[in-house]
Amino acid sequence: MTVAAAKDRSQDRQKEMIARHFSRLARSEETGEKNVYTFVPGNLTELLLAFDLLPVLPEINALQAGMRKISGDQVTKAEKLGHSEDVCAYVKASIGALHSGNLGPTGERLPKPDLLLLSYTGCFTFLKWFELYREETGAPVTMLHVPYQADGCYTKEMVQYVVKQLKEVVIPDLERVSGRKYDEDKLREHLKLSAAAEDDLVRVLESAKHRPSPIDGYFGAVYYVGPIFSSFRGTSDAVLYYRELWEEVRERMARGEGPMTPDGPMGPERFRLVVEGPPNWTHFREFWRMFHSEGAVVVASTYSKVGGTYDFGFRHDPDRPLESLAEYCLGCYTNLDLPSRVKMLSGYVRDYGADGFLINSIKSCDSFSAGQLVIMRAVEKETGVPGGFFESDLVDPRYFSAANIKNRIESYLQMLDQRRSGAGRREGALS
Amino acid sequence: MEAPLTSAPSSPRGKIVAQAEELYRDLSFGAVRRWKAAEPGRKALGYLPVYAPLELIRAAGMLPVGIVGGGDMEVVRGDACYQSYICRIPRSTIELGLNGALDCLDGMLFPSTCDVIRNLSGMWRMMFEGRYVRYLDLPQNFDPAVGGVFFAHELRALAKDLESLGGRPVTDAALREAIAVYNENRAAIRELYDVRAREPWRVPASELYLVMRAGNVLPAEEHTELVRAYLAAARAEDRRLQDTARVVIRGCFCEQPPVDLLRTLERSGCSVVDDDWLLALRWFDADVPTEGDPLDQLVRAFLSRSPACPSLYLRQGKKGDALLERVRETAAEGVVFAAPSFCDPALLEQPMLLNAVKAQKVPCTAFQFAENTGQFQVIREQAGAFADSIRLA
Repeated sequence: MTVAAAKDRSQDRQKEMIARHFSRLARSEETGEKNVYTFVPGNLTELLLAFDLLPVLPEINALQAGMRKISGDQVTKAEKLGHSEDVCAYVKASIGALHSGNLGPTGERLPKPDLLLLSYTGCFTFLKWFELYREETGAPVTMLHVPYQADGCYTKEMVQYVVKQLKEVVIPDLERVSGRKYDEDKLREHLKLSAAAEDDLVRVLESAKHRPSPIDGYFGAVYYVGPIFSSFRGTSDAVLYYRELWEEVRERMARGEGPMTPDGPMGPERFRLVVEGPPNWTHFREFWRMFHSEGAVVVASTYSKVGGTYDFGFRHDPDRPLESLAEYCLGCYTNLDLPSRVKMLSGYVRDYGADGFLINSIKSCDSFSAGQLVIMRAVEKETGVPGGFFESDLVDPRYFSAANIKNRIESYLQMLDQRRSGAGRREGALS
Repeated sequence: MEAPLTSAPSSPRGKIVAQAEELYRDLSFGAVRRWKAAEPGRKALGYLPVYAPLELIRAAGMLPVGIVGGGDMEVVRGDACYQSYICRIPRSTIELGLNGALDCLDGMLFPSTCDVIRNLSGMWRMMFEGRYVRYLDLPQNFDPAVGGVFFAHELRALAKDLESLGGRPVTDAALREAIAVYNENRAAIRELYDVRAREPWRVPASELYLVMRAGNVLPAEEHTELVRAYLAAARAEDRRLQDTARVVIRGCFCEQPPVDLLRTLERSGCSVVDDDWLLALRWFDADVPTEGDPLDQLVRAFLSRSPACPSLYLRQGKKGDALLERVRETAAEGVVFAAPSFCDPALLEQPMLLNAVKAQKVPCTAFQFAENTGQFQVIREQAGAFADSIRLA
């Protein structure tokens, strides 16, 4: 089956939403619409929408460049400008893009930033990234510091700190850029729409508890979380998208079907896996194929929670608009301490009936990667399930060693298979 | 050109430097153990770069101990915790924890320096169960009514923890006394830096570094005495002006350069007139007031007197302004960017600083190091060529 033939209605809708958004951005200098560049974890899309501001997410544009195989040149360009080989490839791809016409994923030009909203959530690199953007573009920065959940929870003081910054720093800056007054009722309307979409997203993600799983909770989920992690949370488009997606997934589940992949429907489900860490984008399809060709489906992933841990009950709350935005920021996955991450992964392994868990350790991302080996041992100890570990990168194609990764994945799955048959034999011997 | 870098071991200065070097090389933290043993019940708290409220720790009756990795020690188990692309300081710190060197500490404080140090706080919690661990979130909003309120709460929570850890109540009087002691210490350090900036041939970088490093393990007043004694000895000794290039070094605010790297720079003809290592010991560039609410004074000092550091958001001015100001103040002729490998904050900051420096036509050069770098030939050649290019210009 071709990819086009396998497309669902929701995919068409998402594609149309993205095209419309980037077209608005491309025309924004003529139409006078203003934009705000910001990051996925801790994004404040509803607040931006309340000011009729257009969000731009350099991470998304960088990963799209990775998927379109142009990030390698962008990274090289940034390195020629003096950026170290050692640092985050998202940053370098985006700097390279700025020096190559600043084209978005649809090939249209992105506007210069009117404001850089540095929602400083779970990643120190964000700080340097927008300091660099400020130097490159001259755009002003508004800083929102989101404290880290070092003790596995957030306190009321942390929420108050974030809310105070929203009131005294972020909102006044948004008013200045947009030329509009803050309208809390408008924000509430967007938050209401967010919560509705979040309900359906969680239904979709949790459908993977079903056997066979109707979705891939990692490779597939990166498409599913796209609208809600980027520019569309809080819009009626997102509500429609997630309603449609959930209906499709429910239908697949009723028919006993597995996930749809770029190569067509996945064959029989042989392995159920949990994955920690972001995917590689430069070889995304090849990477996914290494799993689905072996009958391995990812039933849950932590990467699909970087833009919000909705499956743990968080919903944007229109009755507490700013507090709710603060709690959202505080709860993003990369803002969680390591013991909480271990707990989350172990819970996924148990709740989704996983046979194993894998860590894709990303060279670019210290926030995710530093400590993953310790996380792996802790999850193994907690669940009794063996972990697997391999390394790649986000958008630097030089760090994707296909043969090496394929070999690791195959060996890992063989090990799971042997373990399973060994357990079967032991059970047989005991019966 | 070979400059005399070391003092004669028998000279007063040589003795002080030897004492400081002994403390530097002692990875079992003997000084901390001796301090604790001198009085039953004494406690010590380790802290990672870049900032720790030393005054608060002292006011709780505890010794703040700066932990900056393990230098060139052999690291095995620490390496097993990290991928190849993570910097070296967390590896050797874990090794120190696992080999028992840090058993003399009653807890560890991890400030919000970068993702690696942040995550190390969680690893520590998991690997050293039962030990006190705290992550200290430093505010990136510098408004007293916003970031200040948050930071005051963080410090109060830390104070409460330290009290129950077996220190003593952190009273206002104790905090004022601690602020005064650290003001003295920072004043001595400022003097040391001023003398070095004026007459770098009197205060070689390697010696200054060792004397500073002693501040990681000594009580503040003892360190102040050491610094002052070194200064007196350095002034008393007749050292000839050297024909070297005056350079500012940047990038070492967290993982530390090996002291032999500093000697290499000096032997290559570079006199370091300013640096960014061991910032926690000289975080504030002026005295913290001792009147009023002392905790509030610490908060205000942090908000308004923190140095330009890649871990802190630059809210005003341009990147590189602070560096260029130091270049001017110290009459430096060049800048050496020496960042640890895989140090995201330093390496992401570097292009902005480079642009600022180049725009002012200040000569600069850049290389990377790790705390266990042992081969200096390439750096020696690079630094030598750099120094020559300045001297011959």
